[in-house]
Amino acid sequence: MSQNNRITIAKRVVQELKEGQVVNLGVGIPTLIPDYLGDKHVFLQSENGLLGMGPTPPEEDINMDLISASKQPITMEIGASLFDSSASFAMIRGGHVDAAVLGALEVDETGEIANWAVPGQTILGVGGAMDLVAGAKKIILTMSHTAKNGNAKLVKKLNCPRSGVRKADMVITEHAVFKFVDGSMELVEILSDLTIEQLKEITEAEFTYSPELLEA
Amino acid sequence: MKKLIDKKEFLQYINDGDTLLVGGFGLSGTPLTLIDELAASSKKELTVVSNNLGEEGKGLGKLLFKKGQLKKAAGSYFTSNRDAVQAWSDGELEIELIPQGTLAEAVRCGGAGIGGFYTKTAVGTKLAEGKEEKEIDGETFILEKGIKGDVALIKALKADKYGNLVYDHTGLNLNGVMATAGKTVIAEVDEIVEVGELSPAEIVTPHVYVDYIVMSSYVKTGGKYVESK
Repeated sequence: MSQNNRITIAKRVVQELKEGQVVNLGVGIPTLIPDYLGDKHVFLQSENGLLGMGPTPPEEDINMDLISASKQPITMEIGASLFDSSASFAMIRGGHVDAAVLGALEVDETGEIANWAVPGQTILGVGGAMDLVAGAKKIILTMSHTAKNGNAKLVKKLNCPRSGVRKADMVITEHAVFKFVDGSMELVEILSDLTIEQLKEITEAEFTYSPELLEA
Repeated sequence: MKKLIDKKEFLQYINDGDTLLVGGFGLSGTPLTLIDELAASSKKELTVVSNNLGEEGKGLGKLLFKKGQLKKAAGSYFTSNRDAVQAWSDGELEIELIPQGTLAEAVRCGGAGIGGFYTKTAVGTKLAEGKEEKEIDGETFILEKGIKGDVALIKALKADKYGNLVYDHTGLNLNGVMATAGKTVIAEVDEIVEVGELSPAEIVTPHVYVDYIVMSSYVKTGGKYVESK
């Protein structure tokens, strides 16, 4: 996916975040979000033990003991706090994080999430994915609409192993925004120049049209 | 009791076949000196509980240099260390994958005398296979057991001579809980100060948990750890 498409997704996620929310950003596209928050302020939670993550420091201020969950050097905002991993995951698993913005391999038409393992490949990493899926108040998935080989990633039924029984609230791709409402997928907005018919061709999952789309 | 020991001395507290809890997140907040000594030793059949196995050839990754030194690794993320993935696919390394929050809580429980806990994390996934399920107030949880170790190897910024510890920012990571869950706890530190120099409010790990202190052989240059002595 092009950098422009990744930025389109990041900017659209920002519209979903509310001033003052506590937000955890997964690896990949979500890490672009801080650059597009504009005037909106959210508290970024990093699961390795920080609430109030600030931007990347200049080279001379890098401290490898002040890093993000993606292991990148970061800074702390004024008002930030530090805590150990168990307190950090208590925050996540206890439902104190307002939104988690996560990458995903697949999502099915009911909102079931696969974001940790690919079938047939070695499954040796899960990180905090399952904790975030189980515990965040709202889950926003960011992903390319299709795989590199053109296969659908918004599918009827997951091919990849699921990350939990908890379902996503939204998925945002370079082409469209969908919400999951009562176990079904609704198209909220088209972000690219695709027609609805073209969108249906690259989306295996069945979706309906949200009232928000019809009003637009 | 004198807690400050030489970096060569701590190996006597580790036996073949032991389970070691090792702090760190990638190479951050990682007891690199203790790991170097361990990797250079003849200790074998070890089980390591850690978030990940360092990086290829760095940190805990060094325990993969000698066949048979590391028998099993339990943690949340091994995909980024290709040596670990290779050792696993060659059948030379057992891996137990644990969600990161479950790992942290299990070690906290292990250190707090709690046998296990019920969590929603991983319910309905491959990582819940074989685990007891329980309905509590209409929601499904799985039972995860507490984790304890024979020896914990942790990294702090500073210790006082009693063994009270303070940490460097996110270098705290799993070190804080691991300090509570090892039968023997060895803390690698950048600096040791006199008792009374640390403010009681800044101490994260009280000295009761810490058995031995080893000075780090690494210094941070340009924000990164470089071996110095």
